[in-house]
Amino acid sequence: MDFGRISRRHLLQGGAALTLGAAAGVRPAFAADTTIGFIYVGSRDDYGYNQAHAQGAAALKKIPGLKVVEEEKVPETDAVEKTIESMINLDGATLLFPTSFGYYNPHMIKMANKYPKLRFEHCGGLWSDKDPKNAGSYFGYIDEAQYISGVVAGLTSKSSKLGFVAAKPIPQVLRNINAFELGAKSVNPKATTQVIFTGDWSMPVKEAEATNSLIDQGVDVLTCHVDGPKTMVENAARRGAFVCGYHVNQSPLAPKAYLTGAEWNWEALYPKFVKMIATGEGIPNFYRGGLKEEIVKTSPYGEAVSAEARKAADEAKAKFLSAEGFAIFKGGLVDNKGKTVIPAGTDRGQKDPELEKMDYLVEGVIGATS
Amino acid sequence: MTSEAADSAEAAGAIAPAADPGFLQRYGGTIEYVLIPGAALVGALAVFGIFVMLFGKNPLDLYFYMYQGAFGTWFSWQNTLTRAAPLILTALCTALPAQLGMVIIGGEGALLIGALSATSIALALQGMPPLVVQIAMVIAGVVGGGLWIMLSGALRQYRGVNETISSLLLVYIGLAILNHLVEGAMRDPASLNKPSTREIGAANMIGSIPGTDVHWGLVFGLIAAIASYILIYHTVFGFAARVAGGNIRAAKIVGLGVSKLILTVCFLAGGAAGLAGMVEVAAVQGRTNANLAAGYGFTGILVAFLARQNPLAIIPVAILLGGISASGGLLQRRLGLPDASVLVLQGIIFVFVLASDALYGRIGFLKGKS
Amino acid sequence: MADGSIGLWTVPLAVLGGAIRVSTPFLFVSLGECITERSGRINLGLEGTLVMGAMSAYGISYVTGSPWLGVLAAGITGALLGALHAGICSLPRVNDVAVGIALMLFGTGLAFYLGKPLIEPTAPRLPAIDFGWWSDVPQVRAALRVNVLFLIGVALAPILYWAFRTTRWGLLIRTAGESSDAARAMGHSVLLIRLRATMVGGFLAGIGGSFLSLFYPGSWNEGLSSGQGITAVALVIFARWDPLLCLWASLAFGGAAALGPALQSVGVTSGYHLFNAAPYILTLAIMIITCSPKRTLTGAPAELSITR
Repeated sequence: MDFGRISRRHLLQGGAALTLGAAAGVRPAFAADTTIGFIYVGSRDDYGYNQAHAQGAAALKKIPGLKVVEEEKVPETDAVEKTIESMINLDGATLLFPTSFGYYNPHMIKMANKYPKLRFEHCGGLWSDKDPKNAGSYFGYIDEAQYISGVVAGLTSKSSKLGFVAAKPIPQVLRNINAFELGAKSVNPKATTQVIFTGDWSMPVKEAEATNSLIDQGVDVLTCHVDGPKTMVENAARRGAFVCGYHVNQSPLAPKAYLTGAEWNWEALYPKFVKMIATGEGIPNFYRGGLKEEIVKTSPYGEAVSAEARKAADEAKAKFLSAEGFAIFKGGLVDNKGKTVIPAGTDRGQKDPELEKMDYLVEGVIGATS
Repeated sequence: MTSEAADSAEAAGAIAPAADPGFLQRYGGTIEYVLIPGAALVGALAVFGIFVMLFGKNPLDLYFYMYQGAFGTWFSWQNTLTRAAPLILTALCTALPAQLGMVIIGGEGALLIGALSATSIALALQGMPPLVVQIAMVIAGVVGGGLWIMLSGALRQYRGVNETISSLLLVYIGLAILNHLVEGAMRDPASLNKPSTREIGAANMIGSIPGTDVHWGLVFGLIAAIASYILIYHTVFGFAARVAGGNIRAAKIVGLGVSKLILTVCFLAGGAAGLAGMVEVAAVQGRTNANLAAGYGFTGILVAFLARQNPLAIIPVAILLGGISASGGLLQRRLGLPDASVLVLQGIIFVFVLASDALYGRIGFLKGKS
Repeated sequence: MADGSIGLWTVPLAVLGGAIRVSTPFLFVSLGECITERSGRINLGLEGTLVMGAMSAYGISYVTGSPWLGVLAAGITGALLGALHAGICSLPRVNDVAVGIALMLFGTGLAFYLGKPLIEPTAPRLPAIDFGWWSDVPQVRAALRVNVLFLIGVALAPILYWAFRTTRWGLLIRTAGESSDAARAMGHSVLLIRLRATMVGGFLAGIGGSFLSLFYPGSWNEGLSSGQGITAVALVIFARWDPLLCLWASLAFGGAAALGPALQSVGVTSGYHLFNAAPYILTLAIMIITCSPKRTLTGAPAELSITR
């Protein structure tokens, strides 16, 4: 499994298909019995990762002719295989969205081999050409949105100390932390980001303690990468710190403290997927994109964001949206142990598979990966 | 005398040939063992029906979908049996020590350690013939899990530490060890975003029972349950265990080696749960990661108590609970009930069955004249 | 330091702050369980009670706008679950450990079921009292922002200690726990005493839950408790059924929970999974050191099923 095996060819395929996907604007026409199954690893009301997917599923429910069935809290064991089969056998689902990273291998692969006529779309960006052709895996470059959060945070912080409450030191999380720090540093060279790992995806007491510890260290803007950011957002706001959200828009929790946030945009992507199927063009097996492809988005700026910060963030966003794009991880990048991790002269664009193996924290991040 | 001890004494009474072969006197006890839990189950389902009625759902739909999802089709049956397989083994982890009057609730920890041991040995023996690796995995799983619960037994025997609490604490400690190793020393560098050990290899997987989707873990469970039954009710060792369970002092007076009994029984109990961990690795996941902590160990406690700690009764009870969890998905999809409804139902059944303990020997027409 | 950081001082301060912030649920559950176990019955279901208390407190606070009504509702919910536990356990031959596990499952399930719509809204929180007004250091002030429930819990420990020793109720509970025959001989119903003790225990555990959802971490979600209720029950055993020791043990557990994140914030980063397991390792270690096979535990109620 895993990102290491992603070849350049898929990435090209993905890129080509992205352009096609954007061009397809035909009104979908479905047989009345098209059923789509969504599977979530946690509660779909978690105000975080799973809720973002459920919002995407809700967007599909509005399309006439589509029936959406959902199941929540399905563990990453053979239970998910049984849930998939149950959706197929008892509900007649023909398109399935197992939305958790750990569903892919071996569980979803097994099901895709067993039901070759059905379509499986996994969230995680893991497909390689050894995998079944009726399986696909998509993901969003949410680090682009984290970079913009970093820009806003770097210009809002008075102490230039930012904080990051993270679950585990895995590449996706490290990429977000590094992007956040690089965004902040791009506008405020003094900015540092201190990170605390809680060890798991949902540990409210640990997350609250990490938030307090960071603020005790002088941090005044925080963000996070855990399943439900509510604990961090509320506790940081109570201590008078500013926050950037994650997964979905948490600004109602702390309207005064909420600056912006990195959000998924599944409610735009899923209807697009359905259109691709309806027009007969199909969904590329490997599908990734960022702000430009509308897979991720940023929360609207909060009231505490200064005009200067808005301007800088809008400029950064414009660079991501531009035709040539923008590489967050540029050549000459040094990690926080002083080692050069990206040699000078080689910019790593978003689709570079090397970035999927990230195991370092960039200079300016306080913390360690192990 | 603890109630389990009373139960086992009664069970022994029910099996021993009675002097007077009157039908009710002879079989009254056995009938009770079917009738009372059956009535408790019906009562629990009725209460759950009323509960969902309060939320505007039709209880008849509920029962229909529960039946359909658990036993309605061949697919549903396979779903149920797959989920029952680990529960039989983890239930033995509670049921065996219960013969000695001990309450062990740490099957989840033994499962994790068993899985970790089995994976380690499989990785160490890469390149050996699959059968050798598989046998080594079974041994490693049993020994790993067995020693883990034996620790609780030893602490109880030699230090007087309460085994219920210690086995529970060992669950959390076992999980921390697993996470620590999986994210550190044993981590497959290619398992980027889902820290895992390396895979044991497709050739070493034990696969499914021919003609079904149910993995061999079910057969392991059936063998273990039947062997446990024979051990407890038809061997001198089992008799000694039950005597010791009734009264430790009496056991010491008649010269039983209580320490040896406790340690052996705890080892076998942990071995069963460790075997469940091995099966999860060798039949489902193919490696060890945090997904293994799926709660089978905790559901196993429920199974053991519902089966009144009888190893044979564990088999139908595990199938029943497997069925409930198999039908949980259908309840979510068809009735819009949240995932937690399965927990609520399990809780209600548990409460009813425990409360029904009070009825044994009190149903007039089943009472023989003894 | 000029930049507002306090460097390595973070660790002791975080442990102190953690002891105050995190300990309250441990304290309430363990004091409640202390009362229940002293009467000769164990209620392992307080994990479910804690979660149910957290959910109902949040819900009532959200609906009525009054967090204190939420606390009351949590207490009442807890007492009802306690009554259910006591009611089932009073039937002949019913195992109280098993009933506790059943109610843990039931309480947690019910709280998750009913709590789905409460994850997103924000309910009014309990107020904090600022005990750090004397300090200029914001970190110290933050660590000393204390909730009244914590103070009540701290006061409750010596009161219970005193009540067990000197009041008639304390004597009755202890008698029921030491020898049900003696209590019966004195003309009291053991079952009634245990019913009341279990209800009071549930009431306190429910309030402990309200602290989780209404003060710290301060919102409702399904991962909120992560085993704190069951840890607190274990804590009673190593606190030797002594309310004062429950207080110290709860503070230690609270501090231990803060240790992992605080150490990371000053640069000790390896092995955080093991640090997170520290409270459990600590409990087990203390139990191994202090227990003895030759005698029953000092302070252990003789009627208690798990210590026989």
